[in-house]
Formats: sequence, structure tokens, C-alpha cells
Amino acid sequence: MREKLLYALGAVAGVLLVRNMHEIFLVVPDEAAQGYIYRILFVHAPAAFVFMIFAFVSMVASVTFLIRRNFNWDSLAVSITEVALPFGAINLVTGMIWARIIWGVWWVWDARLTFMLISWLMYAGYLIFRRAIDEPTQRGRVSAVLSILTFPAVVVTWKAIEWWRTQHPGPVISFRSGGERRMDPGMESALLWNFIALLLFAAVLVAIRMRQESIRRELDGLRREAHAI
Amino acid sequence: MDQRNFTYMFYGFAAAWAILVIYALMLVARERRLRTELDRLRNMIGDRK
Repeated sequence: MREKLLYALGAVAGVLLVRNMHEIFLVVPDEAAQGYIYRILFVHAPAAFVFMIFAFVSMVASVTFLIRRNFNWDSLAVSITEVALPFGAINLVTGMIWARIIWGVWWVWDARLTFMLISWLMYAGYLIFRRAIDEPTQRGRVSAVLSILTFPAVVVTWKAIEWWRTQHPGPVISFRSGGERRMDPGMESALLWNFIALLLFAAVLVAIRMRQESIRRELDGLRREAHAI
Repeated sequence: MDQRNFTYMFYGFAAAWAILVIYALMLVARERRLRTELDRLRNMIGDRK
């Protein structure tokens, strides 16, 4: 049943992604100043939203693990953090490609870009650090603390374009600009639809990753049993 | 239409899809490895018992 639900979710995400690609390339209007390259926004921004939402869920799961000591929360935290990383990478790489055309450089040490890179590196560090600890309870506890301590970097990344005058463009989506429309409604709708599709796809990846964590726990138990025999 | 804009837009989407596909393939490979290890251990414990 769960497997079927996973396939169904994956199929819906796939269909939505294909529909969105059609919308992004053939339907949404051109941007007057940037030309074609602005379409990168439709994958750049949704990937960042997925990364940030997952960072938040990872923080909540980590806090819950520390309170309840239930390993399912630790599994959720590690799975969602791992899946968040490719989406963070997509955000960084597509941003650099866009910057090369619009700013003439691949990278600037602007507050938004720098904090995004720091957040990404800290979550990558979290995953590397986990591998260094063998004892499951200690691993879960240390990882949870690390995840909680990393989350403020994501908050700063989110707020950077409001707190500082950055080279990165300011908020353009209406829910971030206080309801004021700063982009064509067709563009905003395409952006939100692609966010939904990527979020669904990411949720499927998280479910697969969580299943792997439960196999891993089963393997740990079997290894102990094998040693005991 | 600015051809350079189009080329870089293509690079952007290609990079995004490549990252997702590579990660999905890594997940599939890991799942296969874990299941093989699980079967091996179950068989080993079954034999010892």
C-alpha cells in the first residue's frame, strides 16, 4: 500500500514537472531586460524553497528526537537533510549560471549567496559528521544538536535580502513582498507550480531515504545478532 | 532572442536535472547494496542457527 502511494506520488510529481517545463519554456512571457535566462528562476527559487523547508523540518525532527528519543525522528532528520542538499546545490549552481550572464561574474560574496553557501556546507558537514560516530544514540544526539545549530544560517539566508542591501534581487513573489505584485501573475503561478512539483518529488525521495534508514537499523540489529551467535 | 542567454539557460536546466538524476541513481544504488547486505546477513544467521 505504502509502496503504491509512493509510486503514485512519484507519477504525479513527474507529470507536474513535464507540464511545468511546457509552461516555463513555451507559455510564460519573456522578461523584458533579461531575455531567456530569467527562466532559470523557475527552478532556482523553488529549489531554494525546498531546501529551506526541509532544513526547517530537519530542525523540528531533531528537537523532537532530543525530547522523545525515538529513532524515527532521527531517520527523518537525516533523510530530509540529505535530500535537501541536491536542491541546495541546484539553487547555487543555477544562481551562478544566471549571475554569469546578468552580473558578468559567476559569484559575488554577497550576504544572500554567502549564507546560502554556508548553510549548504554546514548540512554537508552534518552528514559527514554522522558517519564518524558509530554508536546510534550518540550519533542521533550529536547530529540533532548540529542540525539545530545549523538552522539559524538558513533563517539568515532567507532574511538576507530584507536585512541588507544585497546584489541578489529583493523579494519578487507576492507572499514575500507584502502582497505587492512585482512579477507577472503567469510567471508567479509557474513558479509556485514548479515548487509544488519539486516538493512532491523531494517528498518521494525522502520516503525512499527513510526506508533505507530503517533497513540500516535492521542491518545493525542483525550484525549484533550475528556476532552474538 | 539573445543566443548566449539561451545557451546559459540550457546549461542551468541541464545542471539542475543532472544533479537530481545523479542523486536519484545514488539512492537506487544504495538501496540495492543495503538489500543485498540484508539478504546476506539473514542467510548467514539462518545457516548458523
